[in-house]
Amino acid sequence: MSNAQLSVLVIDENRIRASIIEAGLRDAGHDQVTLVSDVQAVALRIRDLEPDVIVIDLENPNRDMLENMFQLSRVVKRPIAMFVDRSDQASIEAAVEAGVSAYVVDGLRQERVKPILDMAISRFNAFSRMESELDAARSELAERKVIERAKGILMRTKSIDEQEAYALLRKTAMNQNRRLSEIAQSLVTASSLLDPED
Amino acid sequence: MPAPHLHEIRAGFLPLLDSAILVAAREKAFAEDEAINLTLIRENSWANIRDRMAVGHFQIAHMLGPMPIAARLGLTPLQLDVIAPMALGLGGNAVTISVDLAEAMAGHGGLSGLHAAVSVERLAQVVRDRKSGHRPPLSFAVVHPFSAHNYDLRYWLAAGGIDPEQDVQIVIVPPPLMADALKSGQIDGFCVGEPWNSLAVSLGAGVIATTKSAIWRSSPEKVLAVSSSLEVEEPDLLAAILRALYRSAEWCGHADHHEELAALLARPEYVGLDQKLLLPALQGRLRHRGGDVAKVQDFFVPFDKAATFPWQSHALWFYSQMVRWGHATWNLEDAQGAAQVYRPDLYRAAVSPLGAAVPAANSKVEGALQTPTHVGSSEGSLILGPDGFFDDRIFDPEQVEAYVKEQQV
Repeated sequence: MSNAQLSVLVIDENRIRASIIEAGLRDAGHDQVTLVSDVQAVALRIRDLEPDVIVIDLENPNRDMLENMFQLSRVVKRPIAMFVDRSDQASIEAAVEAGVSAYVVDGLRQERVKPILDMAISRFNAFSRMESELDAARSELAERKVIERAKGILMRTKSIDEQEAYALLRKTAMNQNRRLSEIAQSLVTASSLLDPED
Repeated sequence: MPAPHLHEIRAGFLPLLDSAILVAAREKAFAEDEAINLTLIRENSWANIRDRMAVGHFQIAHMLGPMPIAARLGLTPLQLDVIAPMALGLGGNAVTISVDLAEAMAGHGGLSGLHAAVSVERLAQVVRDRKSGHRPPLSFAVVHPFSAHNYDLRYWLAAGGIDPEQDVQIVIVPPPLMADALKSGQIDGFCVGEPWNSLAVSLGAGVIATTKSAIWRSSPEKVLAVSSSLEVEEPDLLAAILRALYRSAEWCGHADHHEELAALLARPEYVGLDQKLLLPALQGRLRHRGGDVAKVQDFFVPFDKAATFPWQSHALWFYSQMVRWGHATWNLEDAQGAAQVYRPDLYRAAVSPLGAAVPAANSKVEGALQTPTHVGSSEGSLILGPDGFFDDRIFDPEQVEAYVKEQQV
């Protein structure tokens, strides 16, 4: 496989995401993959590794430093360009949307590098989806806990059963056109103000 | 009452004091008054601002003054078609050095307040000491190669007899990481916008050696970058944006609003630092060393002195420095191209209906005004200056080539 000789450097402070990208690249037959999470040391690594392709996340505040290194300094011997082709607008858009950027050694052919960029884009997107699913799961769990506490407060103060407490929360939410968890949160907050022991 | 139709405008910015005009345009409803829903998105790097403008995520952005020029000259890694129809204030930066470097300079008489000529003279002595002692060159950080920080720092060093290419090392560090880099000894000094100098001083990591306003009074810094497609497709909307930002700048410039502005900027979605660190620069009272406070005239000027007018002479000065430091090569066509990225014509047409006093000229001789001076304007009176360089040199936009040649000697 001709791609096997390309050396790829992945710079990402998020180690989990970096490993996911690395795994993807290895699955696609790229053996020369290096991960860097500490950007401070990156200049030396780039000089030693002379990577053909550099993949970096857009959250990284050191992109300006890296680009300066590629463009103006003598650290990098081979000229490095952003993406493969300035005119490949669709790739550039997809990459920015996904939150990733790639730099390649000038002169590499597009068909050799594009699969790497496409892989990085799809793995970045998969990672964001995974994160947002995780966030959703976490907040759902938190909401359920608040509703349980609100029910408990109502049961105790109004001497009603669990079903009645839940029905009361639901009815209030519907009347006020708010979410059940918001009503529950308001009740828990109010209750803790009125009775700090709760 | 039906809600009026609002135009959606997304703007990228970096957490810096001079994002103030954009922040106040949203928070004080100057944008809304022009039927604009201005969404502000904080970014981590100028590269991100550039990329997200290039793919259309942002129609406008807070941008380093030389960046749109670099884009026009094809020096950026990604194609970007932007214009600069407005500046986002004058000044706002400072040069901060490590405590160790300040001590080394003390051996030669030390700093004298924030005096640009004195501080660079003492610095030059330390540079010479290190050279004769075969010690590694001092390292200074700026935020981006195509930045006023880089060109101001180089101008100051070179005027003081320090060759920025040979005698020191200039590296790139993002603003929020400057204080840490100074404290850990990775760098010996930096030139950055506020509040990142004040933060370094408050952490005991450094001492402010001089200010942008001392190196070049009333000098250009950030601009409003606007995608060329917005200018072509929606000129009325662009004019409305400029009016909103003009009125926002006027609000930001008023001393009565500085505390409120500092509190707005302090919010986590904007700069995200204590307002105590943001206020001194707005009031021109910098805590520059330990507990010492210095009054700095025109440290950051958001509105007065035509501070938001996009002077083509500013664009040409940036171009002259790109040539000086090998970032670009000299030719007349590129000089004209650089000047034309700044669009005083659009600014004048947009804000004149507000009854604003706008300069009648597109360019001025930089460094010519020793005192505040009344100048020709469309409406009423307009005061410019003083605007001198610390070494008393003059930049005449009609004589750029001669200026470039003179500097190469």
